[in-house]
Amino acid sequence: MSPQELQVQEKREVEKKEESTIPARAFVPATDIYETEDALTIVMEMPGVQKEDLDVSVESGILNVDGRLNFKKYEGMQPVYTEYNVGHYRRSFSLTNRIDQLKIRADVSDGVLTLVLPKAEEAKPRKITVG
Amino acid sequence: MMRRFDPLDALFDFQRALEASLESDWLRGGTTGTGAFPPINVFQQGDNLVAVLEMPGVHKSDLEIQAKGNTIRISGKKAISYPEDVSLHRRERRWGSFDRSLTVPMQIKSDAVKAEYRDGILALFIPRAESDKSRSITIN
Repeated sequence: MSPQELQVQEKREVEKKEESTIPARAFVPATDIYETEDALTIVMEMPGVQKEDLDVSVESGILNVDGRLNFKKYEGMQPVYTEYNVGHYRRSFSLTNRIDQLKIRADVSDGVLTLVLPKAEEAKPRKITVG
Repeated sequence: MMRRFDPLDALFDFQRALEASLESDWLRGGTTGTGAFPPINVFQQGDNLVAVLEMPGVHKSDLEIQAKGNTIRISGKKAISYPEDVSLHRRERRWGSFDRSLTVPMQIKSDAVKAEYRDGILALFIPRAESDKSRSITIN
């Protein structure tokens, strides 16, 4: 990797099909997804979200990730100059691979969530020998 | 007014407060690289200031903070690595090096600035210098 100047990524707000009854804003985490033969790895940036405030679920082929921001830390603090807003993080993906749900691994470090979703046995590519 | 604490309302109020100070000229241009990484929010907490910077994916060891006078410089790098032999479906995260400085419009105790880095968030606790604090004046 050659050095490059890092620019701020403008936060994208969650667009919902249904209107929420709660007016607070939620954001879409910047995400990388890559696939190996055995698993799908999803890497999401959620600064300020702690492990215990994360919800990850797979339901009928949809992966849902919810990261709640603990904004109690901001109590008694008056903003005087701001460049970004804060809020909960939310994102869903429909999975094209069959996933072994029991083997999903999640790890959070430095505000980055890494999800490893192992493919179910039948979804792995099989080598077919031409006879 | 007495009001039951509702965390959802509280978040919305807080988001609006952050929104309201987006146009603030409190820093009077005292930062280099606005729009550069990492984004900075500055809060007042009693007499002191707290600067909160979002930098997910930056390792503590890749982060350098220096304070001189009333200027604090934050520099470092954010690296992203992918394992070999993967097919990349989505690539939204950014990486690179950064160097920003923040000059606050008041006298600070630069040798007493404290930094805390956790969950991709850097918090700088900036104490106001005694000489900058206001004193109440007794009327004779």
